[in-house]
Amino acid sequence: MVEYKGRTNRLGVWGWLGGGRWGVERYLYTLHRLTGLGILTYFVLHIFVTTSRAFGQDAWEVSLGRVTGPIFTAGEFLVFTAFAFHAVNGVRLFLIELGWAVGKPIEPVYPYRTSVDVQRPLAIAVMILAAIVVALGGLDFMRRL
Amino acid sequence: MREQRLWTWHMAAGVVILVFLGLHMTVMHLESVIRVFNPAEGRLPVDWANVAARTKRAFFMVTYVVLLGAALYHGLYGLRNIIAELNPGAGIKKAVNMVLLFGGTGLFVLGTWAAWASFQLARSL
Repeated sequence: MVEYKGRTNRLGVWGWLGGGRWGVERYLYTLHRLTGLGILTYFVLHIFVTTSRAFGQDAWEVSLGRVTGPIFTAGEFLVFTAFAFHAVNGVRLFLIELGWAVGKPIEPVYPYRTSVDVQRPLAIAVMILAAIVVALGGLDFMRRL
Repeated sequence: MREQRLWTWHMAAGVVILVFLGLHMTVMHLESVIRVFNPAEGRLPVDWANVAARTKRAFFMVTYVVLLGAALYHGLYGLRNIIAELNPGAGIKKAVNMVLLFGGTGLFVLGTWAAWASFQLARSL
């Protein structure tokens, strides 16, 4: 019989926020889910808003007018930021899932090296890439404000 | 086996999204850095002149539909996984599957119709 010491395996949503002594990748996992849910919500609304273009220029402009203004622009920038993070972090997860970014198996010789030594630089690199994309997108959003 | 197949499709859809949503974001939100597919000078990518110019291209009509399908599958399958991890009962699980399946299909039909109808409209202008 499995004996749980401390936390069980079933932490639910709360486990996303602080499930234990996990590394930065665990919090990237949480952020990946949160940004995914945010993007999905925006995407469903986006389908309804952009459908109006099928009815011509007037319908498009009326529809767009309902989602225009500084608050919507700021919200859209948040979605863009979520997209930039979710996309590059998704590439990282893809590379790890397929075993291309986990390093080769090695002898456990002191000082010990783990797969995290390979995965952590990748995580940092993709976060820098996300920050660059967000900064470039920010220039475009600034123009609209 | 079925779940493994669905997961593989989820990853494949992610690659499709990366390409086409990457293009979409470049066109819509990196316009001041890389100007592509926005022929109307000095206008925003969402201005009708630019929207109509893109919409009448078959390339955009096709890629919108591909992106729509891939994004709906990727997003709704991801949501299904999150809900499944909360360990709901069998009845709730089935209900969630049905809602996501029919909701996703409905959104796909609506989005595909919009892409096709606006393509026809833009070409007639």
